[in-house]
Amino acid sequence: MNANTATMTDSGIPPGKTGTWWFLASEIPVFGGLIASYIVVRLGSAGWGEASSHLNFTLALINTFLLLTSSMTVVMAHAASQENNYRSVANFLGLTVLLGLGFLGVKAVEYTTEIAHGFTPAAGIFWSFYYGMTGLHGLHVLAGIIVNIVLWIGALKGSLARHGHRVELAGLYWHFVDIVWLFLFPLLYLA
Amino acid sequence: MLNWFPENVSTFGGEVDGIFWLIFYITTVWFFITEGLIVYFAFRYRRKPGEKAAYVLGNTTAELAWILVPLAIVVVLDLWIDIRGAAVWANIKGERPAADITVRAMGKQFNWEFTYPGPDGKFGTEDDLKIDNDLHVPVGKVVHVVLTSKDVIHSFFLPHARLKQDVVPGREIPAWFQISKPGEYEIPCAELCGFGHSGMNGKLYALSTEDYEKWVKEKWPPEK
Amino acid sequence: MSEELGYWRSRVFSTDHKVIAKQYLSLGLFWALMGGATAYLIRWQIAHPDTEAPGWGFIAPDFYNMLVTMHGTIMVFFVAMPILLAAFGNFLIPLMIGAKDMAFPRLNMLSFWVFFLASVVLMASFFVPGGAAAAGWTGYPPLSAKMEYTGVGWGMNLWLLALALEFASFLLGGVNFLTTAMNMRAPGLTWFRLPVIVWMQLTAAVIFMLSVGPLIAGAVMLLMDRLIGTTFFLPEGGGEPLLWQHLFWFFGHPEVYVILLPGLGIVVDVISVFSRKPVFAYRPIIYSTIVAGFMSFIVWAHHQFISGIDPRLAMPFSITTIIISVPFAFVIFSIIATLWRASITFSAAMLFALGSLGVFIFGGLTGIFNGSAPVDIYIHDTYFVVAHFHYTLFSVVFFGSFAGLYFWFPKMFGRMMNEALGKIHFWLTFIFFNAVFIPMHLVGLRGMMRRIANPMQYEFLKPLEPLNMFITLSAILLLVSQVVFVINFFMSLARGKAAERNPWQANTLEWTTDSPPPHGNFAAVPSVYRGPYEYSSPESAEDWLPQDRPLTASRTAVR
Repeated sequence: MNANTATMTDSGIPPGKTGTWWFLASEIPVFGGLIASYIVVRLGSAGWGEASSHLNFTLALINTFLLLTSSMTVVMAHAASQENNYRSVANFLGLTVLLGLGFLGVKAVEYTTEIAHGFTPAAGIFWSFYYGMTGLHGLHVLAGIIVNIVLWIGALKGSLARHGHRVELAGLYWHFVDIVWLFLFPLLYLA
Repeated sequence: MLNWFPENVSTFGGEVDGIFWLIFYITTVWFFITEGLIVYFAFRYRRKPGEKAAYVLGNTTAELAWILVPLAIVVVLDLWIDIRGAAVWANIKGERPAADITVRAMGKQFNWEFTYPGPDGKFGTEDDLKIDNDLHVPVGKVVHVVLTSKDVIHSFFLPHARLKQDVVPGREIPAWFQISKPGEYEIPCAELCGFGHSGMNGKLYALSTEDYEKWVKEKWPPEK
Repeated sequence: MSEELGYWRSRVFSTDHKVIAKQYLSLGLFWALMGGATAYLIRWQIAHPDTEAPGWGFIAPDFYNMLVTMHGTIMVFFVAMPILLAAFGNFLIPLMIGAKDMAFPRLNMLSFWVFFLASVVLMASFFVPGGAAAAGWTGYPPLSAKMEYTGVGWGMNLWLLALALEFASFLLGGVNFLTTAMNMRAPGLTWFRLPVIVWMQLTAAVIFMLSVGPLIAGAVMLLMDRLIGTTFFLPEGGGEPLLWQHLFWFFGHPEVYVILLPGLGIVVDVISVFSRKPVFAYRPIIYSTIVAGFMSFIVWAHHQFISGIDPRLAMPFSITTIIISVPFAFVIFSIIATLWRASITFSAAMLFALGSLGVFIFGGLTGIFNGSAPVDIYIHDTYFVVAHFHYTLFSVVFFGSFAGLYFWFPKMFGRMMNEALGKIHFWLTFIFFNAVFIPMHLVGLRGMMRRIANPMQYEFLKPLEPLNMFITLSAILLLVSQVVFVINFFMSLARGKAAERNPWQANTLEWTTDSPPPHGNFAAVPSVYRGPYEYSSPESAEDWLPQDRPLTASRTAVR
């Protein structure tokens, strides 16, 4: 590489995206550690399948569907932002937020029915992991919803146009949260 | 002047000390080579007027050889230490020799509770005997200790026997030792276990065969 | 520019990486005082059990456990991390790569304030009912998982919260470091023209970011066990206490290198400058660093040889542990080779760098004992381990940081430190450090356990009393010696000789701008023509050749 060019030496990837990827890279071991712990402890003791059978598979399937759909809507928001159509960005972000809230709502219904049946976090090791894993994931969904609401307001007010790339960055995060669920769902509900 | 170690009184303690001394001699040589070079270079190549440092990048094979050859020696010595150590480790923590007597030891805040199976040799029967903190064993016999914990993690430490094993609630962890010299030795807890950790201390009474028989008769009188 | 911003924006809520670096430095030094105070009380209690510690009073056993817990927590997470990683990383990375600031200045400010919040939470934990955390800095459950085992209630929860905040802060910081270095290097500054310390900071950031996740999960799990009754680590509910140890040490061992690498980077840079000689084997050092970084992920169970894990796991981990000494040995040998045929000036910074090297080698060698599984059976949880890790950590955290401070102080604050006081500080620190920790190895070999409040409760430890008193006396003198530094620091800050741009005639980019650098760092973006260590190059009549100086005769860049 020769000197005397006035521009900085860089990776060619915009800083925002680089930073987001590094952030996600550090998030993977959080859930990676949790999931690995779940697998190792589960392999070491019995009775997990029985506990798992008390979960509501149908609701979880609905939730999977909600999250997958929301991943599609953030992609469409990103596509709209590249065409500078912020009216459409706002619509798709709003839809994403609604789907995310729907996910949390269904999760809340699950929690309350489970606790009503006595399956509290203290009900055994499966339930520890169930509440730990879905709870931490739920917090990530909540964080994603907040980010998307902020962007949605920006899109409505028109201030987002100057920071259009943020839609993509929020989308990367949202996909990550979605992918985590795709691991949690079979591990907790199907296995 | 103090000895470096407490007196060794177990059959495998000498092997542990042996690996220690092996590493000690190897690292001592390295210590004097590396620190000696630093001191020598610092003195020899201190700044003198009119002298410029050599422009050495250390990127040719010939230059790097000065590093790579010692490094190869390090690798060989490392592996030597590990291979020698593996045998000792396997002896202490791997396959255990058959037990002459078996005792259960439960760590609890802040005592060791020892359970003897009694004359029938079985745990969970009426002749079991529980004694807090005092462990009586015969010299020259293989003693198995089954370690459990009632509450938190403790660590069963026999400094004179060079034995240590953490005690984890929810697990039964086996350990063994064979004492070679009669005497009284301490059994401290080596893992922080609460405000009474300091002072959690048992006592190992290593008795000659006759003394041990006498102690057994005292505890389980034959008329019963 | 800073004048326009006003006091609050330029000094307190500043986005300038240099100000943020100084904020981390100040907070880290404050915590170092706390760490030193806890060390004093711990040592007093060991040497003179159950007597009144001068200036404090009696130390009850439960308070003693809080002291050892907080000493470790403070020194690792609130001294080493903010000073070595955050302060030096923040200050040096943008300056050394010729950037105006970090890639995300506001995120940078946020990182600091999250760390500040973590500090407040940790400090508050001393004052809640039940006192501060008392389960050791490793926080092993079940001891840490239930209040009834320690009597500590919110202190432990706040401890976990403080750690979580600290980790969040350093994750954001790591994102910033890496993005900055990837995207904002000056023209001509290729990866292999970066100073070693930048490489080591970046490697440390990557190691941290990839290893801390499982412990964040673990902290959440432990907090849930304490607050809402889950049983992740409680066997009575089907949980597994050893799981925490795996999560903790999967992070804990890489964490050692997170601290070590920036310190080692300072040592490499300082030694090169005061040797007037290029770093020996620059590229292989960087490769070794990266290899060691990756290997640090597969050694963690050496902390658990006797923890109750399957004994067959010990040998594989023993082998990886002993093998990891190879890349570090390479770096150490290279630093020693740098001294060969050098032209050495013994400045205070250089003394501390050499001291750091010498002390670190000792700690590296005693690590071989710990890494050997059979020897570890005996020395695990004894003072031998304590002595060992103080040799490795004190060498980088204190000797390394002092080297860095004496070296970069002129750039940070625009004034020179007093060299004579610096050298006195070095010799006092070096002598008393060794007086504390060499005998401590012997105490450990005699079997003295860690974290016991009163060794006199054990027959086999009673003969160690004089040795323990000697260690305590040396430790007090070691702490008192630091007064020399404090005086020097503040005196130089107020009345030190004004620093020129490049008082050490060093090559790297931070020395090409004013001392201290203005907001925005460089008047014009510097262009880089060569690597950072072209000292005594035949291409230059002087014994240094700055990275940004074009050579009219030969345009070809060296390396």
